[in-house]
Amino acid sequence: MSFFLIVTLVKIAIVFAVFMTTLAYLQWVERKVLAHIQSRTGPLRVGPHGLLQPLADVFKLLTKEDLLPPHANTFFYLLAPFIAVSLALVSISIIPFGPEVAVPFGKTFMEIANPNVGILFILAVSSISVYGIALAGWSSNNKYSLMGGLRSSAQMISYELPFTLVIISPLLLANHLSLRAITDSQAGYYFDLIPRWSIFQLPFPQIFGFLIFMIAGFAETNRIPFDLPEAENELVAGFHTEYSSMKFACFFMAEYANMVTIACVATVLFLGGWHPLFPAPYSDWVPSVVFVAAAMLLFLQGNKIGRKGDHVTFPIFGIGALLLAFLFAIPFLQTYLVPVFWFVGKAGFLLFVYIWIRGTLPRFRYDQLMHFAWTFLFPCALINLLLTALMVAVFPDQK
Amino acid sequence: MDSILFIIAAIAAIGCGLNLVLQTHPISSALSLIGVMSSLALLYLLLGAEFIAMAQMIVYGGAVMVLFIFVIMLLNAGAEKRSDKSLFAQIAGFPLLAVLVVLLSFLIRQTFPSTVSEVSFGEWVGGTAEAIGKQLFTKFLLPFEVVSVLILIAILGAVVLAQKEID
Repeated sequence: MSFFLIVTLVKIAIVFAVFMTTLAYLQWVERKVLAHIQSRTGPLRVGPHGLLQPLADVFKLLTKEDLLPPHANTFFYLLAPFIAVSLALVSISIIPFGPEVAVPFGKTFMEIANPNVGILFILAVSSISVYGIALAGWSSNNKYSLMGGLRSSAQMISYELPFTLVIISPLLLANHLSLRAITDSQAGYYFDLIPRWSIFQLPFPQIFGFLIFMIAGFAETNRIPFDLPEAENELVAGFHTEYSSMKFACFFMAEYANMVTIACVATVLFLGGWHPLFPAPYSDWVPSVVFVAAAMLLFLQGNKIGRKGDHVTFPIFGIGALLLAFLFAIPFLQTYLVPVFWFVGKAGFLLFVYIWIRGTLPRFRYDQLMHFAWTFLFPCALINLLLTALMVAVFPDQK
Repeated sequence: MDSILFIIAAIAAIGCGLNLVLQTHPISSALSLIGVMSSLALLYLLLGAEFIAMAQMIVYGGAVMVLFIFVIMLLNAGAEKRSDKSLFAQIAGFPLLAVLVVLLSFLIRQTFPSTVSEVSFGEWVGGTAEAIGKQLFTKFLLPFEVVSVLILIAILGAVVLAQKEID
């Protein structure tokens, strides 16, 4: 009992710390990537390459004046950011990041909890997280906020349907609701080459399911091209127009936390969780090779004529990458680090896609958004589900 | 541990239920109803019915109540006015309520005499998704199908009501 308690507390501390740092630096990555997509430099002043920008932003938000609009409904106005951020942070607790590993005095799984109803828990949390936004819009007593809140509720209700329907298809392949069991069902390779991830898994590969999931996920997290609830040119800032200081930061954090959760769930459901792309003999060395290549690139870049300071910072980052490559090459650490590397690699790629799409696509119009959900995405998800069910029923031994 | 969690969830459920009736603003009442649903989900979870607990959160806590809140916000309903209380309700309200509660608890004790001394988490394992699915598709197949036809009728009714008049 006490072993379980201590291990769980340590795991919670690690996941929380990593998650919070990810949230802060995801925003830095987003600004950098967007800037480079648009031929700008992005954050550059605070620390080398703007790396201390998240810290500066936190101080800025903490020290800003915390306004309370006089005609707002105070209780709900204060409750809304709390609901939004706490529900956004809770889903990460059941994501499996790796297999069972040895720790001092026993063995444990690399996840905080593994409820039998795993994926339903995530759906339950996502279905009640709409209240944070809806209440924020309503309690601000501002017509722009109200419009933003209403739009967001309608959008989340509509996209919940394809989102939920498309989740059922990989569940049919995995035959279980727990996220760990779903990950385990995607282990192994066809012909020792193609991984048995849900998007490749016979009898019915879930490629379309994955695409529908990602589109619905964009809408669920209110990201471009579906960020109608906070469309600046129509609604000022949508549901959080009246919020300032840390209360605004709560919504901001909730949005990024939801992004990370959707990316993690997509990784677990469709991309095989922590299972590597290549069979075991090679995959253990892939991280080292990747980091060595990154280090070489950084050294080369440091040699080029660049901005002042790049000659120093790039080689330092390169040495850091070499150190990481060395860590990943130690056989003792490989059992812990390699699964996490694959999981973080996949989830990180999906997060990059989020940012990439924000940099390239314009916003939908509101009627287009609703039309798209009900007349295209919903039937597609339904057909995908029916085909998967049919194939699983006809070829039960292919699984 | 189980009894502590039960007491917390039960107090939350009753408190939210009372708040639901006492609040004058529809949004407050609707949120209290969400609180009641969530506490009930916790109680189901304590009994081992994990699937039902999650379904309760998704269907009632999420889908149904979002529609409630949505409608309240769209109509922009304000706080309701307190009517002058009737003299009868003022005098006899609480005593009658107490009598009702006592009668109900007495009846429940009579009809369901306690055979199990204590209910604890993990004792009953029929609440998993697999168990419920098996029950639904074997023992309760007919009621299940009848309910789905009933829901289909409701959907058709909504389509008929929402469709535009053909001139």
